[in-house]
Amino acid sequence: MDFPDDLLYTKEHEWVKVENGKAKIGITDYAQHELGDIVFVELPEVGSGVVAMEPFGVVESVKTVSDLYSPVSGEVVGVNSELEATPEVVNTSPYDKGWMVEVAMSDKNELKELFSADEYTKYVEEESQ
Amino acid sequence: MITVNEQNLKKLKRTPLYEAHKKLGARIVDFAGWEMPVLYSGIIEEHRAVRNSVGIFDVSHMGEIEIVGREAVKLLQFLTVNDVTMLNDNECQYSMMCYPDGGIVDDILVYRLTGERFMLCVNASNADKDYQWILKSLHAGRAEGMFRNAEVKNVSDNISQISIQGKNSEPVLQKITGDDLSVIKHNRFVLTNVDGVSALVSRTGYTGEDGFEIYLKNENAERVWNRLLEIGKEYDIKPVGLGARDTLRLEMKYPLYGNDISEKTTPLEAGLSWVTKFDKGNFMGRESLLKQKDGGLKRKLIGFEMIDKGIPRSHYSIFKGAEQIGEVTSGTMSPSLNKAIGVGYVKTEISNIGNEIEINIRGSHQKAKIVSTPFYKSGKIKQ
Repeated sequence: MDFPDDLLYTKEHEWVKVENGKAKIGITDYAQHELGDIVFVELPEVGSGVVAMEPFGVVESVKTVSDLYSPVSGEVVGVNSELEATPEVVNTSPYDKGWMVEVAMSDKNELKELFSADEYTKYVEEESQ
Repeated sequence: MITVNEQNLKKLKRTPLYEAHKKLGARIVDFAGWEMPVLYSGIIEEHRAVRNSVGIFDVSHMGEIEIVGREAVKLLQFLTVNDVTMLNDNECQYSMMCYPDGGIVDDILVYRLTGERFMLCVNASNADKDYQWILKSLHAGRAEGMFRNAEVKNVSDNISQISIQGKNSEPVLQKITGDDLSVIKHNRFVLTNVDGVSALVSRTGYTGEDGFEIYLKNENAERVWNRLLEIGKEYDIKPVGLGARDTLRLEMKYPLYGNDISEKTTPLEAGLSWVTKFDKGNFMGRESLLKQKDGGLKRKLIGFEMIDKGIPRSHYSIFKGAEQIGEVTSGTMSPSLNKAIGVGYVKTEISNIGNEIEINIRGSHQKAKIVSTPFYKSGKIKQ
């Protein structure tokens, strides 16, 4: 399972990539694998607000509906609209083409609450035991 | 985001194929008290294998109940809504058991082995309940001098069941089956040998495709399972889990007990009046069902597809304007049609094909339209 070092992670299995003060968010390789074939992603609109560790959207596999939790608070400044037509790229490319939203952060201190790649790896190992 | 609850798996039952599933990398879930494979490679891939070629399912969790004796027919005529006297030896029929109020005990397959020997295939979640229900009816009947010559036996624990489905199921299964499968029509069966062991093989299924269900002793299940996977390689056979079993049956609008039918719904509301034979004489639930038929149905089970975005799921509310008119009982993204589809009960006056309805998906009303079913119309059941 692939958990890149340059990302931060949540207990709910989302990742964050911080670039130019913005947080790009998606779900991890572990999450997409556990969910199976992803067939629908519901995302907020650009301009809406998100709150750390509160749901901002929904990802659905054939059988399951799961909330997406935002790792950080702020304003949505970008949404991956490709996922509307091709939600399966979340399975095939969770960290790249499968990104979900981009958020202008209101409190960068929230990043300190998140897991590093090492910490997340350990967390996943424990959870899947 | 994901809840993996493995602790609960401890006390569950396993089929004789459990280890085989683990070896194949299956994801195991709790289903009706059983540890069952929900998927192996992926639901969509497994679904397509069945629609395009062939797949095999472990359905050993299903229950089998034997009814034997000179009055077996009488007992079954009383307990089930379909007409058992229409069956010849080596034929089976889809049927239902109902409560006196017309609610459904279970939907079942009735196999006639001989005129005095029948086997019921029942849902895993209902096997014990069904057995108790049959016993209760038997004893009540005996108190009034009926059914003295009928015996009931729950043989679920001794029998495994493998289902092989898809247009290439016949060439695969034929290679290890003693009898000629090409002469077996839909809803017929043969007692034969499969890979050298005795088995009951029926041309039945829950997918809308041609296929067979193989009943055999537990100790032979793993061997036959592995042989089918081996022989089926040239047809790209796939093991198929309960996930794809659900999407396949839903594309056909085959009801799932506990979702689309239950003790709170009747065969008539579920669109299963074709199995309910009022002319055959008295049976459990007949009076209530006749009354419902004559009085007109208040609600019907309909199929719909989404016009707006979103996937309907069980228990979502169905609206027409501001009024709630029903509830979704099953829904999914259809892998064959690539559309979000669902079934649910709605008020009869709204139930016509073509009508627009709305599904409450996480608080927003998304448009859908009632369509003809099955949703998937290219299934090739061999009649």
